[in-house]
Amino acid sequence: MEENFAVIENYLMVKMPSEVDHHESMALSKKADEYILGNRIKNVVFDFEDTKFMDSAGIGVIIGRYKKIECFGGKVIAVNCSRQIKRILDMSGLYKYIEVME
Amino acid sequence: METVKKEKSVINTIVIKFDAISQNESFARIAVSAFAGVLNPTVEEISDIKTAVSEAVTNCIIHGYENCGGVITMELMMEGNTIHIMIQDEGVGIANVMQAMEPLYTSKPELERSGMGFSFMEAFMDDLHVFSEPGEGTVVRMSKSIGMLPRMVRDMDEV
Ligand SMILES: Nc1ncnc2c1ncn2[C@@H]1O[C@H](COP(=O)(O)OP(=O)(O)OP(=O)(O)O)[C@@H](O)[C@H]1O
Ligand SMILES: [Mg+2]
Repeated sequence: MEENFAVIENYLMVKMPSEVDHHESMALSKKADEYILGNRIKNVVFDFEDTKFMDSAGIGVIIGRYKKIECFGGKVIAVNCSRQIKRILDMSGLYKYIEVME
Repeated sequence: METVKKEKSVINTIVIKFDAISQNESFARIAVSAFAGVLNPTVEEISDIKTAVSEAVTNCIIHGYENCGGVITMELMMEGNTIHIMIQDEGVGIANVMQAMEPLYTSKPELERSGMGFSFMEAFMDDLHVFSEPGEGTVVRMSKSIGMLPRMVRDMDEV
């Protein structure tokens, strides 16, 4: 799982798995939080390039990390989102909290 | 002689019982996409059905059985071009179904649940019915008709 995380300055880059569900997201959130706390991370980038499926568990992963960094003025950014993922983000009202970039 | 094609008469049912553990969330999604495959659904239709099933199965695992395991029953029924899905647990049940189905309502915010599960099931399927009794368990019934738009239009929509 380590290979899915990279720290660049105060950014944490997270390569999301091909299926983001409850099963996959538990370890992912835990590991992301270790990086955030251990590396003075300010901003988190979720890369959905490889993601073919995401359900509400993915919303939990994003909101959970957002809550960890927003009090320090950090940002959550989502990149390479498919149409399906954008629709899930939109329906959950996440566009208010995160930046979605191509 | 004239052959009459009665689409509605095609009925197929499968019932699967599996353990309420998180590894089986992906299994349930694969099973339903394989079952629906014969109707030649679009990428979007399959994604809708997989999401709805994933939400219902995850709810049985996390809420119904509170992560302590149990048995989930999934019944898939095809009637013409409509898929009927029933997902059932014999867990703790829901005291207030109306409240549970409200968008953003979750009884487990500490587990990073967002309260969007039922909203996704409702949005992605044609209809959704939830039956539950505290101490008895929960039954979720939902259905979706595949291919309601001509294939060409549906494919164009995906680009
Ligand atoms: N099978 C079930 N057994 C018992 N309670 C359930 C069941 N399914 C849903 N619930 C209750 O309904 C609430 C709402 O469910 P819903 O799926 O909409 O949100 P969630 O599971 O809490 O969060 P999310 O699905 O976004 O991760 C749950 O928090 C839980 O209290
Ligand atoms: Mg849920």
